[in-house]
Amino acid sequence: MSAIVNGAGKVVDFVDQRITASNWLKRNIRKVFPDHWSFLLGEIALFSFIMILLSGVFLTLWFKPTMAHVVYEGAYVPMRDVGMSEAYASTLEISFEVRGGLLMRQVHHWGALIFLAAMSAHMLRVFFTGAFRKPREINWLIGVVLLVLGVAAGFTGYSLPDDLLSGTGLRIIEGGMLAIPIVGTYLSSFLFGGEYPGDDIIARLYPMHILLIPGLILALVTAHLMILWYQKHTHWGGPGKTNTNVAGAPFYPIYVAKAGGFQFIVMGVIVLLAATIQINPVWLWGPYDPSVVSAGTQPDWYVGFLDGALRVMPPWEFYIFDHPVTMSVLIPAILLPGIILTPLALYPWLEQKATGDTREHHLLDRPRNVPVRTGIGVAFIVFYILLWIAGGNDFFATILEIPVNWITWFIRIGIFVLPPLAFFATKRICLGLQRRDRDKVMHGRETGIVMVSPEGEFSELHAPLSQAQAYQLTWHERQLPSDPGPATDANGIPNPNYRSKRVQARLSRFYFGDVVQKPTREELESAHHDGHGAESAHRDELPSGQQ
Amino acid sequence: MPRSLPGRSRGSRIGQSSSGLNGGASIGRLLSTRRRHPLAAIAVLVAVLFTAGGAYAALAPTTSQNVQAASSTQIDEGRQLFAIGCSSCHGLNGEGQINDNGDVLGPSLIGVGAAAVDFQVGTGRMPLAAPSAQAERKPVSYSQDQIDAMAAFVASLAPGPDVPDEEYLDTSQGNVARGGELFRTNCSQCHNTTGQGGALTMGQFAPNLTGVEPRHIYEAMITGPQAMPVFNDQTVTPEDKRDIIAFLESVQNEPDPGGLAIGRAGPVAEGLWAWLVGIGLLIGMATWIVTRSSKA
Repeated sequence: MSAIVNGAGKVVDFVDQRITASNWLKRNIRKVFPDHWSFLLGEIALFSFIMILLSGVFLTLWFKPTMAHVVYEGAYVPMRDVGMSEAYASTLEISFEVRGGLLMRQVHHWGALIFLAAMSAHMLRVFFTGAFRKPREINWLIGVVLLVLGVAAGFTGYSLPDDLLSGTGLRIIEGGMLAIPIVGTYLSSFLFGGEYPGDDIIARLYPMHILLIPGLILALVTAHLMILWYQKHTHWGGPGKTNTNVAGAPFYPIYVAKAGGFQFIVMGVIVLLAATIQINPVWLWGPYDPSVVSAGTQPDWYVGFLDGALRVMPPWEFYIFDHPVTMSVLIPAILLPGIILTPLALYPWLEQKATGDTREHHLLDRPRNVPVRTGIGVAFIVFYILLWIAGGNDFFATILEIPVNWITWFIRIGIFVLPPLAFFATKRICLGLQRRDRDKVMHGRETGIVMVSPEGEFSELHAPLSQAQAYQLTWHERQLPSDPGPATDANGIPNPNYRSKRVQARLSRFYFGDVVQKPTREELESAHHDGHGAESAHRDELPSGQQ
Repeated sequence: MPRSLPGRSRGSRIGQSSSGLNGGASIGRLLSTRRRHPLAAIAVLVAVLFTAGGAYAALAPTTSQNVQAASSTQIDEGRQLFAIGCSSCHGLNGEGQINDNGDVLGPSLIGVGAAAVDFQVGTGRMPLAAPSAQAERKPVSYSQDQIDAMAAFVASLAPGPDVPDEEYLDTSQGNVARGGELFRTNCSQCHNTTGQGGALTMGQFAPNLTGVEPRHIYEAMITGPQAMPVFNDQTVTPEDKRDIIAFLESVQNEPDPGGLAIGRAGPVAEGLWAWLVGIGLLIGMATWIVTRSSKA
């Protein structure tokens, strides 16, 4: 045994003397990562992606990406003698004849749904905690691109089996392309190799799905992680946790064990879902036939918002020089993704412009401490969920037993009314929570003990917070709206930048104008000295356990 | 326990009186001596009623005999049932009714045929509980004989589609794969690919076909109830209809090899599961991993 260890040591020493990697390794292997459940959302995405790659490789061994026409003679009796594409037939073969094939298909599909859901949840976490702020804007941008690539990977994969459901999805994509003025018909013709559906599209989607998009995702995930490694992870403030350090466990051995364990948990949950819950039973949908569109046709959840937008958009079409411009398709299918993605991608810069804050931030924000950003985020979530509901309007109409038209009108009006309401309500809730934090710091926590004074006055006892508790509520920075300064200087010379500064100050007031500030040192001291004589007298009588 | 005491004492008293009776003479004596008893009149009334009721039950003709006996009697019975249960909306002779506002109270039933009656009444859709976007399936109000009588009456008004022959309802003769193709081409637009149904406009809907009797599926195809179009025998032949029914039966009895079917409802249900169960479970696990480590 010791001989082996000695031998290994010699080999390592040989390598180290030549490439001197041990210093680099020592530095990086002890890299510190902070602990919080929300920091693991990105890991869920990473591990489910690995699961998708593994199960995907398995599926490529049997899947035949061609639209060549065959007559099914396989094991699934209810499809015998039915004409279909080889892609669909091989999907049936994987499902019914390949050992473990159905499980792998379901692992692949559940993995994809989890992958995209985890990416979305991770992105929301980064947004609400302000982790995208300088210096992490690039990683935010990479994240947005990864999300788009993830959707593209999902959609191309969803289309490959050439079943009725996915074929209808492709048809909608084609419709969206055709709605693009001037180039739409050419684009569609290039993609489908002529008229829809043609017999090229599956063979063209296949390399995108198994090579191009996963390759790009892999490359960008690597870049994402390298940047994260280099910039270090953000963390929550607290005693000993500041903007200039990272507090947590070292990568090796603690974090390796933890992340490794979590990897197996993520994979286990995906396999558990795949083994117990049926997903995308294409044999029930039937082979694709362009003349058939079945009821209950929906895309996977991550495309649902686009489908929903298409469903609730009122009809609107006009002609320019005899050429139809179909706004009822152009707006929801082509413009909407741009309208959503552009501000999403640019948000770090937009917020920087508004707040004028160009410093580096390594401490996260508690969502309540940035009420406007949190409000914007929740408004977006409400907007997105409304479109989701619209995408399943027929499903919800059947479940709730209400007319589908009601749902459509609810969404049409709600999409403009509810997000602003959500913004307002969220902002008020955040301000309320901030006020509560401030009260706690100033007057201590409520003990639930009500005292009656000899004069008959009722009052509740407040116990002061411990130093650490008070610090938890006050480590964040004071956020003040910026001041545009005077329009003219002392000599009466007008400030040439005043106009833009005033705009910026106004935006900054929108962000920080209503923020409930944490108490200043003076406020804190006066709160603890004045008007609390009676309370502090009672406080001494409290049993120590209640303090 | 105290309740049993009076019963026992009454029983003993009856025992005493009956022990004093001997043969027919004693019965006659009993009748004559007790004829002025306060309960005598009631006893006579009960006896007469039982005799009359029993005789009626034994001698009156049963409906089933009647139906098989003569078609004209069946039509007459159907006419009477129709007058009671249907005519308030459909008119006494099935001519339909339109009220003063121009709303159709009940459509004309002339020419709808026996199949329409058998479907609408046999699935409980008629008689209608209340006007709504669409008549819904509910417990059937009539016996099959009564439904047959009303169907015979409506069929007598004008020729129309008849109830299907048993031959075309025998799904063992149907071709499931062909039925699947026909179903996807003709029916899945509203009823979804495996007949789970779906929403139509303004509260109308294509019903779920799971568990619907072959006879009623066939009748729906030839009569086109509610929002459904008519698939006559020229468009979809009786053999095609049998294939479709065979497909539905097959797909409903098919196991789900992938696990829980979650309603076979497709991506909406799958998305809900991915978010609520998948991500929910994983976030729970993440929280667990983090808390365990901080204690260690």
